[in-house]
Amino acid sequence: MEQLMMVLIGILVSVATYLILSRNMIRVIIGTAVLSHAVNLLIMAVGGLKKGNVPLIGHEEEPFTDALPQALILTAIVISFATTALLLVLAYRTYKTSGSDDFKELRGMPDE
Amino acid sequence: MTFDVAVVLVPFIFALLISMLYRFISKKYIGWLVTAVSLVLFIILTTYIPRISNGEIITFTHEWIPSLGINFTTYLDGLSLMFSLLITGVGSLVGLYSIFYLSKSEQLYHFYCYLLLFMGAMLGVVLSDNILVLYGFWEMTSVSSFLLIAFWHHRKASRAGARKSMLITVAGGISMLAGFLMLYEMSGTLSIREIIEKAGLIRESALFVPALVLVLLGAFTKSAQFPFYIWLPDAMEAPTPVSAYLHSATMVKAGIYLVARFTPVFGNEAAWFWLVTGVGLFTLFWGSFNAVKQVDLKAMLAFSTVSQLGLIMSLLGMGSVAIYLGHSSETVIYTQAAFAAIFHLINHSTFKGALFMMVGILDHELGTRDLRRLGGLMYFMPLTFTIALIGCLSMAGLPPFNGFLSKEMFFAATLHIQDLSILSLDHIGFLIPLVAWIASVFTFVYCLIIVGKTFFGKVKTHLLDKHPHEAPVGMLISPYILIILVVGIFFFPNLLGRYVLNPAMASIFPMFPSAEELAPTIHAWHGFFSPELWMTILAVVAGIFLYSLLKSWKAIYRILPYHLSLNALFNNGILWSESLSARFTRRYMTGNLTDYFVYIFVAFLLVVGGYFLYGDVFSWSPVNPESLDVFEAILMVIIMVSSIGILFAKSRITIVFLTSVLGYSVAFFFIVFRAPDLALTQLVVESVSTVLFLLCFRHLPEIKRGVQSKWKEARNLVISLAMGATVTMAGLAALHYEKFKTISEYYNDSYLLAGGKNIVNTILGDFRAFDTMLEVVVLFIAGLGVYTLIKLKAKGGGQNEN
Repeated sequence: MEQLMMVLIGILVSVATYLILSRNMIRVIIGTAVLSHAVNLLIMAVGGLKKGNVPLIGHEEEPFTDALPQALILTAIVISFATTALLLVLAYRTYKTSGSDDFKELRGMPDE
Repeated sequence: MTFDVAVVLVPFIFALLISMLYRFISKKYIGWLVTAVSLVLFIILTTYIPRISNGEIITFTHEWIPSLGINFTTYLDGLSLMFSLLITGVGSLVGLYSIFYLSKSEQLYHFYCYLLLFMGAMLGVVLSDNILVLYGFWEMTSVSSFLLIAFWHHRKASRAGARKSMLITVAGGISMLAGFLMLYEMSGTLSIREIIEKAGLIRESALFVPALVLVLLGAFTKSAQFPFYIWLPDAMEAPTPVSAYLHSATMVKAGIYLVARFTPVFGNEAAWFWLVTGVGLFTLFWGSFNAVKQVDLKAMLAFSTVSQLGLIMSLLGMGSVAIYLGHSSETVIYTQAAFAAIFHLINHSTFKGALFMMVGILDHELGTRDLRRLGGLMYFMPLTFTIALIGCLSMAGLPPFNGFLSKEMFFAATLHIQDLSILSLDHIGFLIPLVAWIASVFTFVYCLIIVGKTFFGKVKTHLLDKHPHEAPVGMLISPYILIILVVGIFFFPNLLGRYVLNPAMASIFPMFPSAEELAPTIHAWHGFFSPELWMTILAVVAGIFLYSLLKSWKAIYRILPYHLSLNALFNNGILWSESLSARFTRRYMTGNLTDYFVYIFVAFLLVVGGYFLYGDVFSWSPVNPESLDVFEAILMVIIMVSSIGILFAKSRITIVFLTSVLGYSVAFFFIVFRAPDLALTQLVVESVSTVLFLLCFRHLPEIKRGVQSKWKEARNLVISLAMGATVTMAGLAALHYEKFKTISEYYNDSYLLAGGKNIVNTILGDFRAFDTMLEVVVLFIAGLGVYTLIKLKAKGGGQNEN
């Protein structure tokens, strides 16, 4: 199971990398979002998948599945959401100010 | 605190005082103050002469950074005493001279402050026992010399000369530092005395020869040896007192001091002899050869300094043969070469200082030092003429002046070295006296030019700005003291020999038993049949012959075109390195974000992927088909299809849709993997993100793919696939990492430990609440950022968007 997850994560990373390498600002931002999905799944997978029950004492019997990666991913989700939101607004603002969403056009002055 | 420490510190203290209290010191007296300071130091140092000449060595240690072995240790022996007498003695004469030379409208406070800084740094160089402290003072001489050369900083040539000398001497200084560090590595000590004691041990090390070469590089750049001499002629843009002090008597001899000081360490290596003697001899020839073609008197003197420094350097190299051979009654004769070196060093300081001051007088009184505008000044300036005559004859090596004595000893040394059958000298040994003789012919020629073209011939009054007249008395005092020394040393050389030179010899050859045996008694007359006398006579004859035919052979200087000269090479090298680095930087700093991403990804691939490819850490175990169920397989396919679909989506709504599918599928995965909190959060976040994307897209144009070239598309594809493969490989390898067990068992007691039944929530809120707090801060900052970006008006007229 974990092995297949790793392959899936690899596919997600490839997609994300390809998106990040494109010239369009929004595609780059979507690329970072895809990358964060990949990373979350990776943290999950290296912690071991389906090795126990839901980590809720009382509702389930031991053994529980590993709760620590879940806590880490929860933090990561929120942070990547915050950065994605900020990046989106930044892209919006950049487009409004400069009239372009193409990185090739957004590069600085040649003599900078 | 002993006097010798004070000697180093006093110039710095006065430099500080001048820079702080210059408002309260009249410009009239500041020069006198500096002269007095150096004179007092000189007198204090002379009181050491009796003790040092009795073989005593005075050291004083002040702990500075004892944990690193860096201590301020002064070490006063014959060699350092000789140099410090030179520095303070010439220093006071130059101070006196500059009082009359510099106009009161100059920035005299700066000048004397720099001069004192230089003097202190130079004293520090010659008195330091610790090599790192020595290096510190060494660089300080470079810096203060830089400041002094660019004293008239409104002139372009001054700035250029200062920059050039700084570049070359500091480059040499840094290589010297590397050599010093190697010495420390080999000997385990920073003290020169202890390094000398361990010379035998050091010789075994593999770093010995690199250290030797690096230390010599430092010495050669500072002492203007070939091919590093090019900074010295350009440094002539400095005021003449500076040229007289730094660029003839003191700073350029720091390299000589270094070579003399480290002769006991490196002298037993043949490479030392070859490098020091070879470079010295070639510099001697090249300097004298090029001096002849100069038309500026100061440039001529600069080249003559280069040539004389080469002479001293080559003599020190020949002296090291004695160490190479080991002490015996036959080898003592080679130590006389080293004796001649330090003897000529003192002589050179006297006559070259006087000659520079003479040129300064001409410059000051006539407004020019161009040979083509000078002539026939003998009757107008008889006193200046006397200085020039005595200085030049001494430089040319004629009796009855001190240059004669050391030149004779130089010839004698070259002839002795020729007899040596070791060091593969038998084939090319005859070259050494030959080159020396040719160089001294050229020396004689340019000495004749200095005297002949300036003081004889017709007066060219129409070319001069001022009517020629004798210099004021004040300017003549210092050069006269120096030329009195020039004559005095000729008649009483052994006085100098016994009290100053013999102890210095003992420092160069500490392993040899007695200084009396090493140092010869100086004779002016070696007998009518001595070969060195005939070498001198022949040099004079050839010199007069060449001088009279100067016009007919001057064309040979045009053989070497300018673009092949060392100056042109240096300048082009600087320009070339600047343009190369600019081109290089412009090539990879494109300003395009995509390119930088490519660098980052490629670097990641090289480091991580390379590790997995070559590190033999990859492992793979087959998938257990039972662990897989249909639902998970479907989810995986959905994720795969939707993510790859994003790449091919044309419209923005498709992209948003596919991204959401991806996010929700991940949330379902979290459900499958028994992570309810994650699934919940992921669902909410994904919903909000989708809304945000939609909101944003409404204001953005349709997504253009941004057509890239085929080559770039292919490159991106390869990088992406490699990234995915690398991450998969890393993940698979991580699955098999079994060295430590998980620590999650601990959290499973969360009800007992923290009173919560939801383990994930207790980790977030209790065990690792610090993370959560900062995560909230991140969210807060992002919220503020979003608000600011939307609300605040951009600078430069962006309109307010609500």
